[in-house]
Amino acid sequence: MEQFIQLLIYGVQLGVIYALIALGYTMVYGIINLINFAHGDFVMIGAFTAFFTVNLAGVGFFPAILAAMLFPAVLSILIERLAYRPLRDKPRLSALITAIGVSIFLENFPRMIPFIGPNFRRFPELIPMRHFYLLGNASINTIQITNIAASSVLLVFLIFLVQCTKVGRAMRAVAYNKDAAALMGVDVNRIISITFFIGAALAGAGGVLYSLTYPMIDVLMGVWLGTKAFIAAVFGGIGSIPGAVLGGLLMGIIEVFATAVYSELGYGSGFVVLILVLLFRPSGLLGKAPLDKV
Amino acid sequence: MRRLLLALGILGTFLCLGAWAADEVRIGVVLPISGQAAMYGAYCKTGLDLALKELAPDMTIDVGGKKLPLKLIYEDNENKPEITANAYRKLIDQDEVAVIIGPESSSTALAAGPIAQSAGIPVVTIFPTNPKVTQIGDYIFRACFIDPFQGSVMAKYAYNDLNARKAAILYNNGNDFSKGLTEFFTRTFEELGGKVVIVEAYGGSDIRDFNAQFNNIKASDAEVLFMPNTYFESGLQMHQARAAGITLPLIGGDGWDTPDLVTISNGAEEGAAYSCAFSHESTTPQAQKFVEAYRAAYNDVPNSNAVLSYEAFSIVYKAIEAAGSLDGASIRDAIAKTKLELPSGVIEFDEERNPKKPAVIVMYKGGKTSYVTTVNP
Repeated sequence: MEQFIQLLIYGVQLGVIYALIALGYTMVYGIINLINFAHGDFVMIGAFTAFFTVNLAGVGFFPAILAAMLFPAVLSILIERLAYRPLRDKPRLSALITAIGVSIFLENFPRMIPFIGPNFRRFPELIPMRHFYLLGNASINTIQITNIAASSVLLVFLIFLVQCTKVGRAMRAVAYNKDAAALMGVDVNRIISITFFIGAALAGAGGVLYSLTYPMIDVLMGVWLGTKAFIAAVFGGIGSIPGAVLGGLLMGIIEVFATAVYSELGYGSGFVVLILVLLFRPSGLLGKAPLDKV
Repeated sequence: MRRLLLALGILGTFLCLGAWAADEVRIGVVLPISGQAAMYGAYCKTGLDLALKELAPDMTIDVGGKKLPLKLIYEDNENKPEITANAYRKLIDQDEVAVIIGPESSSTALAAGPIAQSAGIPVVTIFPTNPKVTQIGDYIFRACFIDPFQGSVMAKYAYNDLNARKAAILYNNGNDFSKGLTEFFTRTFEELGGKVVIVEAYGGSDIRDFNAQFNNIKASDAEVLFMPNTYFESGLQMHQARAAGITLPLIGGDGWDTPDLVTISNGAEEGAAYSCAFSHESTTPQAQKFVEAYRAAYNDVPNSNAVLSYEAFSIVYKAIEAAGSLDGASIRDAIAKTKLELPSGVIEFDEERNPKKPAVIVMYKGGKTSYVTTVNP
């Protein structure tokens, strides 16, 4: 029981980070049917933004995570405008390949900047580490609590935004039918920019939480994390916000439990689960089967 | 399109002729200059530059009575097997190098070695300790000791010095160095009468979460934790092991011997011991001479990466001089006959092209490495 709770804590704190990043994939896909492969790299940009804000301005956790959400978010609007918008009416494959190009650029350009470079850095300890014992030997530490709490707050905020505000209603309308939404007076371009903004902000926050837990950052840290989060998004049903959260959480938990049972294959467990889900539910756990529009 | 290809072909021919015309000795150097393992490359470069400054300050080499200009061609392999193989192909086909120095690690050397072997280009690798590396063929040498020896050194240290009878291992099952060292450590430790009670794996350097593995290790009754992994993985592992409440003594292999490990482990490395090729506190006169020269040049102390690349370059340079020609086979024979007094000892190759070298055991104390003992083979 003790072991189970301990592993569950490890799984959930990893899963919430996957979920935060998966949300960006799922929201962008939901609205313009684009798999934004560059999304994982916003995690890295967020982590580095926090790294520099802390080291240069000497600020604490809250300003750092705010900066780490803001900078990638603004950058993602810029990227959407320059790289994706001109291709919006072209075949979907063109935008997909552009996204891969953007990703390669975001990974390799910072490598050339002297103050970032190819080497890893140690992420500052923003939250002092303390352990709390729950049940026997099972413990939860301050960083894990921060991960779970910060992700939950962001998630509640996102649900509020999507379900209870005008912008959210417009987002849902654009996701449902872009042309019809435009006819009803929704500024589609603005809504798409806002979607990118929110997605990248969540990825930036995910980057800070991930780096707090594993205090080592480098320019390629977003590659695998992004892939994992993408799988989580597909697993939960790409395009569905609750799906991304569920997918991320389950992915983290399954990975930790599978590793604990048989560590030789633990890392691949996420992929196995993905294949199984896609075999039996091709649109993911909470995804809707695509409707053909006539 | 066809015309373009033709033009390129003609251009290429001229470039090749140009390369032929300049009578020079080209040595290819393959190192991780960028990527996760970039610090390996940076330290190797310091050792190489120092050797170059001592042996060939005017960038020439004596080949068969003629003084020829010496040219080093650097290739970045990012510590990745496939990129190393490409770098070897480029160095052999395009640059037509006489010898290759590097790469640094076992996985990369195993991927690229067969290319040099079939082209007949001698290679002196720097620290790929997996025994299979030189078994690729008679053109492949190494500057470091091998894992059966290193594994036994650490197993004996755990059994005799730490008095451990039960060991836990955390290793990277996507890395030949890590796999090999795990196997040889286990063999010696169990021959001594100990038992490896738990072996936990992870699948590659991208992994940052070891909580599940450490949770199992914590629940076991192990008395020592062996982590034969690279410095950029182990810093994070030490940090997580301590955060997860593991208080076992930590031991590792020469993959730890890069001071940047400490930037990530941030104190968690205190008391961790590992084996490597060289300690700057070694007392032999050659070692002290090297440490002084290194300190004068870089205002720093050398680690084993720097020493081994210094030695690799010295072996190659002396072998080309001894061979008196740039023919692959004669350079290979000259390397095989190497007998040099170098910082980590007298270097001689055995029939498997491995040098007979002692290992030193080093411990992290206050963020710095501190010499424990030397073990002879």
